[in-house]
Amino acid sequence: MGNGILVVAEHEGGTIKKTAYELLTKAGELAASIGGKVSALLIGADDPGDLGAYGAGTVYTVTGDAFTHYTTTATVAALQAAIEAADPAVVLAPASPQAKDAFPRLAARLGAGLGTEVTGLEARDGRVVARRPQYAGKAFTDVHIKGDLALFTVRPNSFAVGEATGGSAEVVALSVDVGEPKVKVVDTEAPSGDTVDLTEADRIVSGGRAVKSKENFDKYIRPLAASIGATVGASRAAVDAGYAPHSEQVGQTGKVVNPSLYIAVGISGAIQHLAGMRTSKIIVAINKDPEAPIFQHSTYGIVGDLFDICPLLTEEFQALG
Amino acid sequence: MKIGVLLKQVPASDARIKIADPSTGIDTADIKWEINPYDEYALEAALQLKDAKQASSVVVLTVGGADADQRIRDALARGADAAVRLDDPAFEGSDCLGIARILAAAAKAEGVELLLAGKQAIDGDNAQVPGMVAELLGWGNISVVDKLEFADGTVKAWRASGGGARDVVEASLPLVITCDKGLNEPRYASLKGIMMAKRKKIAVKGAADLGLDPSTVGAAAALVVEDNWSLPPERPAGRILEGDDATRVKELVRLLRDEAKVI
Repeated sequence: MGNGILVVAEHEGGTIKKTAYELLTKAGELAASIGGKVSALLIGADDPGDLGAYGAGTVYTVTGDAFTHYTTTATVAALQAAIEAADPAVVLAPASPQAKDAFPRLAARLGAGLGTEVTGLEARDGRVVARRPQYAGKAFTDVHIKGDLALFTVRPNSFAVGEATGGSAEVVALSVDVGEPKVKVVDTEAPSGDTVDLTEADRIVSGGRAVKSKENFDKYIRPLAASIGATVGASRAAVDAGYAPHSEQVGQTGKVVNPSLYIAVGISGAIQHLAGMRTSKIIVAINKDPEAPIFQHSTYGIVGDLFDICPLLTEEFQALG
Repeated sequence: MKIGVLLKQVPASDARIKIADPSTGIDTADIKWEINPYDEYALEAALQLKDAKQASSVVVLTVGGADADQRIRDALARGADAAVRLDDPAFEGSDCLGIARILAAAAKAEGVELLLAGKQAIDGDNAQVPGMVAELLGWGNISVVDKLEFADGTVKAWRASGGGARDVVEASLPLVITCDKGLNEPRYASLKGIMMAKRKKIAVKGAADLGLDPSTVGAAAALVVEDNWSLPPERPAGRILEGDDATRVKELVRLLRDEAKVI
């Protein structure tokens, strides 16, 4: 049986993502209880950066043509090789589109238990127990994994990043035989904007039905979001009415988000929308209807006309510089 | 080509969730059930391939009890040709890997070459089963697809890769594909469809019918155990800001900066 914790450190063109530091910080805490070392895995990059300073004793790297762009086949093979090399008790990965695709296959291949989209992790009796939302956050449960290896994907922004007090990591390059991927990437389509994904965003501005049109959405919601570098979201009603694309929908049948700041503009707060954003640390509601359920869930509320409030707020945010 | 659609019934997305017992789960007494919304996109994609004569038939595969029959009937009424409900006391308490073993065995038994599923079921939100089925069958898989083209046994799909970006991928059958909102507009059942569905039979199969070793599924084989169910913590009542628009906006920015420290 293995010990210690392996963290999947994701990166964007070699720049390590915040989720890696969140997971390393938590892994350090957990390893202090369950024992073993903390290591990290970099797929498609070989510069460990400051992963060592955040607690990774060893950084396993996997590089080569097969890893320049995500494929399920290559990533599962890399994960398998890193698990063989590190022999961990626990593997933590961010709940990114890539990990969410690869981990079920990995779990089935290894016959290991997997908890997805967890938002809490703690050591209990020498094992790691997770907490995760169900029904898009309308309920929560503990998740216990039996067996020698526990796999978890963790929702971004679930844990704070600690101090960089560690040393430098030992880098171990793994050679991984991938074979022919079953699914080939033939093209990539860039996102329409340059903001981070809703599921990873630290700030979100969302518009609802009361925005009334796509033109208004582009005129009031997007500039407000841009003024604080926030990612744009939308309610199901706004998406169904064509004001915003499906990829921007927040809620039980859209993205479930976990930002520090969520600004809901012209959103009444239907139960399925609340389910998707209720774990946001600070919620601001701007709505004309004082009876709108969103106000019962918001930290700060402004009862008012969004068409008056949004331009003023955009201006104030811009003034912050 | 025969298509299998993985279909699950879930509490409606507007359902209020109550906890029955912290050790076992939610109170289902007042729950209205519906087809998992993402499975509806999978079903519609399958039916469109059949309409375009690229699929010979569509079979619905569901793990569950007789209470799921109404949802399966709905799928048959929309145009699915056949349905298999996988039901056996040995299946009780399966985790995702157990469910995947059942569905993989059923897919094999039905001789399907393409499995379509929702990107996740909106009850457990695990998003595990389809990828596991693909691994167990040794098939390729494509996750979270919102555009799909099919020609001569080759699939071209657009899958989410984060931040609104998409990968365009190509693969050959056999495949497991999970479907996202935006892929299509699911149809409703027509009156004719509803009448025809009454004559279609829902086959019920257990471990023995599938040649499945019952010790590999069910609660005893489960590696993932969930307990300690609770509702999310209530948020404290918020503060409604007072004054004219300019005053309230200034006050909001001050609170976000100085009190909440999020900007």
